[in-house]
Amino acid sequence: MRTEFQEQLRILRETVAEMGALCEQAIASAAHLLENCEEDLLKQMAKTDSKIDRMQRDIEHQCSRLLLLQQPVAGDLRRISAAMKMAADMERIGDQAADIAELSVQLAGKTPKSYPKMKRMAQMAVAMVTDSVSAFEKEDVALAQKVVGEDDAVDAAFLEIKDEVVKAIREEHADAAIWPDVLMAAKYFERIADHAVNIAEWVQYCVTGEHESSEHHFEV
Amino acid sequence: MSYIIEAKQLHLYYGSMHALKGIDMNIQERKVTALIGPSGCGKSTFLKTLNRMNDLVEGLRLEGQVLYRGNDIYAPGTDVTQLRKNVGMVFQKPNPFPMSIYDNIAYGPRLHGVRKKSQLDEIVEESLRGAAIWDEVKDRLKKSALGMSGGQQQRLCIARALAVKPDVLLMDEPTSALDPISTAKVEELVTELKNNYTIVLVTHNMQQATRVSDQTAFFLLGELVEFDDTEKIFSMPKEKRTEEYITGRFG
Repeated sequence: MRTEFQEQLRILRETVAEMGALCEQAIASAAHLLENCEEDLLKQMAKTDSKIDRMQRDIEHQCSRLLLLQQPVAGDLRRISAAMKMAADMERIGDQAADIAELSVQLAGKTPKSYPKMKRMAQMAVAMVTDSVSAFEKEDVALAQKVVGEDDAVDAAFLEIKDEVVKAIREEHADAAIWPDVLMAAKYFERIADHAVNIAEWVQYCVTGEHESSEHHFEV
Repeated sequence: MSYIIEAKQLHLYYGSMHALKGIDMNIQERKVTALIGPSGCGKSTFLKTLNRMNDLVEGLRLEGQVLYRGNDIYAPGTDVTQLRKNVGMVFQKPNPFPMSIYDNIAYGPRLHGVRKKSQLDEIVEESLRGAAIWDEVKDRLKKSALGMSGGQQQRLCIARALAVKPDVLLMDEPTSALDPISTAKVEELVTELKNNYTIVLVTHNMQQATRVSDQTAFFLLGELVEFDDTEKIFSMPKEKRTEEYITGRFG
């Protein structure tokens, strides 16, 4: 029954997963650029960001079309509305990765001592995005819950970097100009992790029908 | 909460065919309850048991109870005419009587003993207004009802059901023979009518169930699979079979 609709839902799921994979790639590249600002990779990242933007529009188009033509209900409706919300979060992840890439140009050749921590944050953020996308593909609530739980560690890492930045600005007047950039890059990774949490929460909504977030709780 | 209609372990057999299998269902007053399910699932059969429309079907056997305002409607000595006055029915195909619009509406009240013209006039106007069709027909009340459009005929049938001042309206796919505009009018009417009446509606149109009903019951192979608030049924049904049906996986 409704084989055409099933096929379109499968394509939608694949597109979202593909967009997620591009986001993982973008964050990993952004982290790499902070250490080695390579021009080729910078160019490549700009292309990836445009592609992520295009995919968001494609997913929105697919979702609107399915809502219009198939009048989905229950699990189908949740999957489609969640896909639309996830695509928006992924687009933000792409933008933030691109912002980090821009900062890497400013920071090229300098090696602030916060880099190891930043690298760890980047790894955590990439893992959270990977897991949230994988949770979506497998409709795995436990994995989504794991992603939600990991956000605190990223927030803590950001606060540590912030403290270091404050300390460094006080002590290293000569290099003070680079520190706001370091702080911003850390903030972008922290935001990326937040978007991964959003994606994970939409996965939970897809499966359970309930969407939980710290600000509000609603049941549909 | 007290319920206007309660089915208790209702089993119904057409000869050897077990058409309803132990239905337990409580219908809330002044709400719209939609019955959905694939053809042959028992939803129309269930609807018809609520005002004993099945009585004349040969080989029909019934176990369990249907309570209307606490009284067992299948108890011996039940006044079936009175029951059908209280629990009226609108059918799938508009079935106006081959008489004038006025006489269609006045038919029921006359049957129940209303003779005075002024009183009948009042009932006719009130019923036609109640069915949102007064303005369209007020200048041709004496014309044949058969000259009306399908959508008007269906609203006339609703007005005819209202004329005997029922408590509950049963509707068996009331818009399946209507065009989208007439369907929209009837749906809007259903939403208005629920201020004063309890409505139980069989529909094959899922969107219609979501638009007009407060509660939805899903029937399958003579069983009541799930009965809950419409919003719950169409967003997060508890039963896998419900989800499969409403999302079009089978049926």
